[in-house]
Amino acid sequence: MAIHPPEKRIWWNEPLERSEVTWITIAFIWGLVMFFTMVFWHFTGEQNLSNEAYRIHPETFAERTEAMADQYTVREEGDTGIPVVHPPPGSDVYMLARLWEWWPILELEEGKDYRLHLSSMDWQHGFSLQPENINIQVHPGYELVLTLTPEGVGEYWVVCNEFCGIGHHQMVGKIYVVEAK
Amino acid sequence: MASIADTGTLPRAAEFRTCPDTGLKIDLAAEKLIRWNAVVAVVFLAIGGFFGLLVALTRWPAVHLLPAEWFYLALTAHGADVLLFWVIFFEIAILYFASAVLLNSRLAAPRIAWLGFWLMLAGALLANVAVLQGESSVMFTSYVPMQAAPHFYLGLILFAVGALVAVAVFFGTLVIAKDEGTYEGSVPLVTFGAIAAAVIAVFTITSGAIILIPTFFWSVGIISHIDPVMYKVVWWGMGHSSQQINVSAHVAVWYAIAAMVLGAKPLSEKVSRFAFLMYILFLQIAAAHHLLVEPGISSEWKIFNTSYALYLAVLGSLIHGLSVPGAIEAAQRRRGFTKGVFEWLRKAPWGNPAFSGMFLSLVMFGFLGGISGVVLGSEQINLILHNTMYVPGHFHGTVVAGTTLAFMAITYLVVPLIFRREIMFKKVAQWQPYVFGLGVAGISLFMMGAGTLGVSRRHWDITFSDAPVAFDYPGTAFLMMGLNGVFGVLAALGGLMYIVVVVWSVFFGERRTEEKARSEPLLPQDGAAAVATYGSEGTLKLPGTITLVAVFFVAFVLYYFVNWKFLSEVWPLS
Ligand code: HEM
Ligand SMILES: [Cu+2]
Ligand SMILES: [Cu+2]
Repeated sequence: MAIHPPEKRIWWNEPLERSEVTWITIAFIWGLVMFFTMVFWHFTGEQNLSNEAYRIHPETFAERTEAMADQYTVREEGDTGIPVVHPPPGSDVYMLARLWEWWPILELEEGKDYRLHLSSMDWQHGFSLQPENINIQVHPGYELVLTLTPEGVGEYWVVCNEFCGIGHHQMVGKIYVVEAK
Repeated sequence: MASIADTGTLPRAAEFRTCPDTGLKIDLAAEKLIRWNAVVAVVFLAIGGFFGLLVALTRWPAVHLLPAEWFYLALTAHGADVLLFWVIFFEIAILYFASAVLLNSRLAAPRIAWLGFWLMLAGALLANVAVLQGESSVMFTSYVPMQAAPHFYLGLILFAVGALVAVAVFFGTLVIAKDEGTYEGSVPLVTFGAIAAAVIAVFTITSGAIILIPTFFWSVGIISHIDPVMYKVVWWGMGHSSQQINVSAHVAVWYAIAAMVLGAKPLSEKVSRFAFLMYILFLQIAAAHHLLVEPGISSEWKIFNTSYALYLAVLGSLIHGLSVPGAIEAAQRRRGFTKGVFEWLRKAPWGNPAFSGMFLSLVMFGFLGGISGVVLGSEQINLILHNTMYVPGHFHGTVVAGTTLAFMAITYLVVPLIFRREIMFKKVAQWQPYVFGLGVAGISLFMMGAGTLGVSRRHWDITFSDAPVAFDYPGTAFLMMGLNGVFGVLAALGGLMYIVVVVWSVFFGERRTEEKARSEPLLPQDGAAAVATYGSEGTLKLPGTITLVAVFFVAFVLYYFVNWKFLSEVWPLS
């Protein structure tokens, strides 16, 4: 048996197996369901990542963040004296990522909307809000603006979950959620 | 014999042998290339697997083996050695097998094929040297603006060019086989699957070159800036599509093993080929899987791209998910295992590691890798999983439980057929797919579990012991990471068993003589024929496969919506 002659040359005219046709139909419809679930969530779901983003110079972003901190710092924390900033509800709040910290610490009021601005000063970082587990990529040169509504009074942490060099595992920031005044 | 082939090379007086097991005519030059590519692949699996073990032991909180610097180095080496070098060297061997061997043809331009081989090897070694020198712990994704040493990028570029050369030889061989009429009609299904893999490889490697070459110039200071978002878009044009090379290749391997071991024929040639065609048409996109939470990319593009245009490529995989077990069931029923719904499965050759490895690969790829991949790749759900341990959990289900295990399984046929050696340590070989499979199932599941609880991937210290702000993940997360370590050891043991069996058989194994091939045939009579021919099984009742597929589908739907439920519980954001 050196070369095996093809059994049926005209394979493209063979009838389809019924179980296969049924499965293809189901699988195709399931694909449509999954596709439209994503579209649908944009209209009805509450968790959609904003498409609002700008190119920005790291220095400009740092200036805006510092301006916010100057105006609304309520106390300082830790050995390094990181400011804890309590901006008014509804306002623009900034958090910057740099090797290897999230700056500053934010204090937000429960149930209020904030326009959160995120950007990096150097490499890429990952904004990973714990224990909520919301994860957003942060790039240098890009400013992402999203509207965030904190739920549940308490302490939250921002772990960096994009590898950013040897201090990556020390990069933790913080967000407090307090009762609305 | 031949006229001058389209590739422009002079026809060479190829030397052939006739395989006593399959009756195929094998070009000795192709055989040698297949052997060397496979051997080098296994060496990189051994190195990369060793780094994987070190990584798993470091992420086991109670063990925490390596210091931070070494951990990031080991993780970079692990990713590159297994995902790029092991998998792609093995795939090149498969391409040569599916073209020259299955089509009874001579290989186009073996010298050029060797050039490709040496380029790939030089590139892989160079990248390893760069990583081991310690200045290139940037992870295999090497996101800018973090910078590696120039020879790290250069190594990857050489490797990619070498792979492209090999793919060209594959296409050249197809042309020669057609011209010289070494087969009649259409190519066998397995070759068709390999063609799908090769077409995707061309797209993939081109994207890789488009991004890595400027990155190399940037690393030596000729280019001043590379946009980090643009880098990721193009890089994942390579990174994600190359996973689809793996899928096409391992699905082709599933069909090949089912055919060789059981004489299984696809239920319908038309449907299975159509499913591969879906891969070719839609898998190039899907870079978006990795960009769902990046700034500056629109939701419309994300949704279209991440779903491979309405999930048409997923449809391809779902089709194979029915036709591969269906082909096996049909073949077994033809053999007379017709009792009840599952006699065909119970009486399958579970003691043959080629079969058991293949079947475990099929089941785990679907249940672990496939379902989690679609969930992870849903635009909004990605918000609660991006860059957590869920991501490596998912792809250890695809590229390890799926691709790696399938490649291990076919090795148990390649060693006797191509290396002409008997498999040594038969008992170890029999157990190997189960040990490795169980280990990988464990790491896949526990990494996904830890990810659902928020644990970050690529992270040395989840206790944050020297971070200025104190934080701890929940206790269950630590448990998950510990179990991941335990199963990581098991997976490494399974990997070691594979390496020992293969290396021993290839270098010191008993030769497989012609008498042996006659007295102890490796393949059933219809097996050899089935892999090189084509034709559909036709209509048969397949209650077992239908049951399996129904279970899979229900699990898929439930798990999918559970994750939307999880998403709906986090802070509103828009
Ligand atoms: C001995 C078996 C293996 C074990 C124990 C293992 C374990 C692990 C662990 C624990 C991680 C780290 C996750 C993290 O910290 O982010 C990882 C990452 C990874 N593994 Fe494996 N793995 C094994 C085999 C493989 C194989 C065979 C492949 C590919 C074919 C593979 C591909 C990868 C890749 C691509 C990464 C990601 C690296 C990165 O984040 O840059 N692994 N593995
Ligand atoms: Cu960081
Ligand atoms: Cu980081």
